[in-house]
Amino acid sequence: MSQGGRLEDAMNEEVKVVTKQRVAGRPKLLVPQIAGFIYCPGCHEPLAARAIAEVLEKLGMGDRAIGVFDIGCNSFLLGMLDIDAVLTPHGRPPDMATGVKRVYPDNIVFTVQGDGGLLSIGADPLLGALTRAEKITIIMLNNAVYGTTGGQMAPTSLEGQVTTTTPNGRDLARTGFPTHAAEMIATFRGVAYSARGAFNTPKNYMRTRKYITSAFQKQMDNVGLSFVEIICACPENWRLSPIDSLKWIEEKMIPEFPLGEFKNVDRIE
Amino acid sequence: MKVRKGEIKVITGNAAAAYGAMLCRPDVVASYPVTPQTEVGEQLSRFHADGILDAEMVEVEGESSSMNITAAATLAGGRAFTATSSWGLMFMYDAMLQAAGFRAPVVMANANRETPGILAVSCGQQDMVSTRDSGWVLIVVENCQEILDSVIMAFRLAEDIEIQLPVMVNYDGFYLSYLAEAVEIPAREDVDQFLAPLKLQPERTKLVPERPLGCGTHGILVEFMELRYKHCAALERAKRKLDEIDQEFGEFFGRSYGGQIEEYRTEDAEIVVLASGSAAGTARMVIDTKRAEGLKVGLIKLRVFRPFPRERLTQALKGKKAIGVIDRSVCFGWNCGPIYMELRALSPDIGFVPMMSFIDGLANMDISIPHIERVIDEVYAASQGKSYQEVTWIPLEE
Ligand SMILES: Cc1ncc(C[n+]2csc(CCOP(=O)(O)OP(=O)(O)O)c2C)c(N)n1
Ligand code: SF4
Ligand SMILES: [Mg+2]
Repeated sequence: MSQGGRLEDAMNEEVKVVTKQRVAGRPKLLVPQIAGFIYCPGCHEPLAARAIAEVLEKLGMGDRAIGVFDIGCNSFLLGMLDIDAVLTPHGRPPDMATGVKRVYPDNIVFTVQGDGGLLSIGADPLLGALTRAEKITIIMLNNAVYGTTGGQMAPTSLEGQVTTTTPNGRDLARTGFPTHAAEMIATFRGVAYSARGAFNTPKNYMRTRKYITSAFQKQMDNVGLSFVEIICACPENWRLSPIDSLKWIEEKMIPEFPLGEFKNVDRIE
Repeated sequence: MKVRKGEIKVITGNAAAAYGAMLCRPDVVASYPVTPQTEVGEQLSRFHADGILDAEMVEVEGESSSMNITAAATLAGGRAFTATSSWGLMFMYDAMLQAAGFRAPVVMANANRETPGILAVSCGQQDMVSTRDSGWVLIVVENCQEILDSVIMAFRLAEDIEIQLPVMVNYDGFYLSYLAEAVEIPAREDVDQFLAPLKLQPERTKLVPERPLGCGTHGILVEFMELRYKHCAALERAKRKLDEIDQEFGEFFGRSYGGQIEEYRTEDAEIVVLASGSAAGTARMVIDTKRAEGLKVGLIKLRVFRPFPRERLTQALKGKKAIGVIDRSVCFGWNCGPIYMELRALSPDIGFVPMMSFIDGLANMDISIPHIERVIDEVYAASQGKSYQEVTWIPLEE
């Protein structure tokens, strides 16, 4: 605890020095990383934890949310958020979220998954949840690779992208085309909300946080399944510096995966 | 016969599996990343990108797909290879059973890792033993060279007209998957020649468009039993084949491993230790030390878990005074090691001598020299008529 306290003081101290007045702090639901920060430098995945914590606090749902996390780099979010959580076998969060939601229908049940976990190995639980119009929220972190296992081609990898399984760059003629989750999910009738955000600029961070708020709100209003895709830098496997990763998101990822809302309805007809 | 020499390279166990597969010229390769096997697929992708491997590479969405794709490729008459580990192996289990039922000669490398339930990114043979009754041939190897050689031999076995079974080559994850050591890589033409007898045998049952054939249709009543019977019989035949192929491989390449089991200083041994995987290497060293101290102890390295080498083990163990088995996994519901449990079933054949189960090395715990010394000391004491504990979880009782 004492370490955590010091860390918190230090964070607040820094904010004070720079701005003279407190404009930001650590959301209470975000657990200080005492044992050391586990993510690679420049990784955007931990920002998802922060954004989720901020949204839950704003909605006053901090003690009513249950997170379902996948195997993948996102699994460490489990230790970053001070909420009930389940870690599932790879690709299975929509299934386990369904089980939890059916017992706790009035709580916010959300998954956090990678692009691999949702679109390749977990495509069947996703399809099942979409078909059933399960009232859960799915948050997918799109870093265009299987990050955890060392940067293999994912369904989201871009044309020409060098990965460990596409050493000469992704060849679309041989491997097919990038999957656009937010657009695809929006086509399902049981979906209330589908959007794609990014964390590459403060503005996009705020916008993405708004998407997460809307997605959780749809669930609280019992409308239907809600989905947010977030483009995340994986400097480690992109073999880019954190700064160059931001550029890559701007120049390569966003043109392929445009940001915005693809579906937003208050009632499913 | 002139022994064919290869090129020596320092490569990891995973790379050795990939080299072995590449040299056999598979038509279809499909694998899904999972620690600690991922590098096998990555290395094969590199071979493909470099033009060394002329195969259809399928970037699958999970292990269920990799197994079904490779099984179907063999039904279509192709040669197919995949690789996985632990969670991945469990995720393809239904497809594995299907492949076995199809008698699809897929070859798969499996980097042994602890299974789901308790998250452990570490070595253990629990994944392999969990597939004990899948109908696959389960080979277990000790070092990187043996990985490469066994993948080549696995294709000879799997595609043999008398066998036609899927074969899994198991090697300790982490300990071997990431260990880099000197490996002799045979020349491609030599591997072609070694595999050439497969081309001379009668054509195996496969899909041929002008000759319609239903695969995986209903088997009912006596037909079902007959298919099961034939499957079991093929596994029995695989025992002798394993020995023969190993011997032929030795004549070809100058390396052989004993087929179903390797016996090390067992002939005049009074007590014997049974081990498998990388632990066998450590055990061999300890046997030498104990021998130097005057203890008549030998080692049996189990090289195949299914089919279980009943006859060879009986022959090797008959007349011994006590036997210790080191398992890197557990047999749920028996509170002992799985290989030990199997060996117990041989008691009527071997003779009712003290048999002891030692569970060690779960989740990357080292099966260390002191541990194996302790095993030998305890087995020796039991052979001298001292009372003994049947099952020991070594690291928990240090
Ligand atoms: C059944 C199964 N197969 C494979 C794996 C290995 N595995 C762990 S994480 C991962 C990739 C994760 O990629 P993604 O979902 O995109 O998450 P990221 O790490 O990129 O955030 C894989 C293949 C597993 N855990 N279980
Ligand atoms: S591998 Fe990629 S996704 Fe995983 S922590 Fe590192 S940068 Fe983040
Ligand atoms: Mg990913």
